[in-house]
Amino acid sequence: MMSNMNTAINSALDIVMRDDEKAILLGEDVGRDGGVFRVTEGLLAKYGEQRVIDTPLSEAGIVGTSIGMALSGLHPIAEIQFAGFMYLAFDQLISHAARYRSRTRSAWKVPMVVRTPVSGGVRTLEHHAESPEAYYAHSGGLIILEPSNPYDAKGLLIRAMHMEDPVLFLEPTRLYRLFRQEIPEGSYEVPIGKANVIREGTDLTIVTYGTMVPIVNNVVSKKGINAEVIDLRTINPLDEKTIIQSAEKTGRVMIVHEAELSFGVGAEIAARVSEKALFKLNAPILRVASPSLPYPFPSYEQFYIPNEKKVSDAIDKIMSS
Amino acid sequence: MYLTKKLQVKIIEDIMLKKVYEGSVNYLQIMDENGLIDNSQMPNYIDDSKIIEMYKWMSLTRAADSKMISLQRQGRAVTYGPSLGEEATQIGSAMAMAKKDILVPNFRQHGSYFVRGLPMYDFMLYWKGYEDGMAATKAINATPYIVPVATQLLHAVGLAFGQKYLKTGANVLTYVGDGGTSEGNFYEALNFAGELKVPVVFIIENNQWAISTPISKQTTASTLAQKAIAAGFQGIQVDGNDPLAVFKATHDALEKAKETPTLIEAITYRLGFHTTSDDPTKYRTEAEVDEWLKRDPLKRVRTYLEKKALWNDAKQVDMEANNSKLINEAVEKSEQFKLDPKNVFEHIYSFMPDTLKDEENAAINSGFWQQGND
Repeated sequence: MMSNMNTAINSALDIVMRDDEKAILLGEDVGRDGGVFRVTEGLLAKYGEQRVIDTPLSEAGIVGTSIGMALSGLHPIAEIQFAGFMYLAFDQLISHAARYRSRTRSAWKVPMVVRTPVSGGVRTLEHHAESPEAYYAHSGGLIILEPSNPYDAKGLLIRAMHMEDPVLFLEPTRLYRLFRQEIPEGSYEVPIGKANVIREGTDLTIVTYGTMVPIVNNVVSKKGINAEVIDLRTINPLDEKTIIQSAEKTGRVMIVHEAELSFGVGAEIAARVSEKALFKLNAPILRVASPSLPYPFPSYEQFYIPNEKKVSDAIDKIMSS
Repeated sequence: MYLTKKLQVKIIEDIMLKKVYEGSVNYLQIMDENGLIDNSQMPNYIDDSKIIEMYKWMSLTRAADSKMISLQRQGRAVTYGPSLGEEATQIGSAMAMAKKDILVPNFRQHGSYFVRGLPMYDFMLYWKGYEDGMAATKAINATPYIVPVATQLLHAVGLAFGQKYLKTGANVLTYVGDGGTSEGNFYEALNFAGELKVPVVFIIENNQWAISTPISKQTTASTLAQKAIAAGFQGIQVDGNDPLAVFKATHDALEKAKETPTLIEAITYRLGFHTTSDDPTKYRTEAEVDEWLKRDPLKRVRTYLEKKALWNDAKQVDMEANNSKLINEAVEKSEQFKLDPKNVFEHIYSFMPDTLKDEENAAINSGFWQQGND
């Protein structure tokens, strides 16, 4: 079926709700409203109020309750309306979801997916455009996923629901309806912890994910350079092997993400490439990211989010060194 | 009669405005500090054999407490938060639970754990700093000790949702301290519980002190139980040093848990320190502690039992010897526990990520960087 990311996620949710009675959907406005992005549309009518729950307005409440549901043997799928509001649930995610298994030596498990829209570029109000993946990736115990296309979104989400781990599923708002793609109508899985080499090349490795994937792809196509483009899909655990292999092959590594530059995912990847492949490199590693400052108001965001020009300039720079 | 403008307005308001809500909180005590029973409150499901059982559990809890403190002082246990003085709240409530019910404690409900069947050995392991002790919680339908204050209450709500959804028939019982009622998670949990209509009972173990902060500085509300009213269900206050009152309040709350959550505020007192790192003489008077010593839960129950000739010194000596034996055996066994540092890597995910495996291998290959291992 032809599907955008929005309907692909809806289809994944429909499948896991259909196949697993222990799957429970909860969050603010996920029921009657179908979610503010309509991702959960139609699911209340299909699965009823016991399984599709419009909760009180409380992010910690949603995630903390989901943890308890998961402990009881259910498999909750919580929606946090925007990632910028999820800090209220930060403690529950970091102190509990990430740690429950280790603090009980696997006696208790937290099979749970928390979905939330991330990143900007759609002229939203303050706190509706954050890219907070690094905060969560820093804490072992959580799995952090961020798809860049409808196919991966559906397959990753279904895979996440077949695991018994706490998963943070980041959905780039800008990509919800950006393009459509042919995807299977039924169930399928995309592996977790495995990056996708979406373009093979020999001269440059570009590691990216989420909103930056289509931008990088466009620039590479336009410039006609022989770049290998890696879409992480899973941020934690990182597919280090694919990155290092590519770095050794091309000798040049660039990381592109929308989140702030400093202390970000790019820093982690750059460090790993330095540790494992430094002497195979022909140029210093380069990061392209948003500036190290709080996300600006919508009329300024065009000057903040990395665009094709910024990526293109960086490619010129790394290829000339 | 001359009325001020303000008073006139007040009277008019009183006449004009419709009262839309009125709440109240009741207080329950069955056994007073002298061991006397209020028969009008005594339920038929509490008999003397149950009171003896309460006394034994409370005594075991106190004995384990005092052992942990001494182990900590000798450097054989980590920082420990005693339950000294709060035994009636823990034992009375945990004894009211059915076996299938789920216990969600914070970090101080040692007595509740014992009643549920947590082996003394696993209790010791936790307080010696091994996660391994908490692996035993699942089998006794309890969750592990939770340290971030009040966060566990939301887990209790989710667990209760699970029981309702999966039709297990079980209820959930969870605890929070008086300080914990100032946390956002406390209000969020109460509100979710009311809204989702899940079978959960909240117990506030109000021991008057959050480290050095007295209850008077946590809130100006006259009771903590009244906080249930805002969430749409009942709160009750009980003498938390009276195990009979706590038992009754919990029993009755669990009975109706499938219709409504309940909040129980148990008024008790932390006779000891917050943890072994704390020095209460810095912030409270001896006179205050002495006042509460008179209301000691063990003392009153023993007085009652002795008066009825159900207890005597010989039985006491016998029980203490049994408790010591049980505790000392657990200490010995826990000190023989062989840790495996690999365990810290092996229980993070349902699978082993390559990058984490690399870190684990590096640690193993270096003998975890311990001196003398090369």
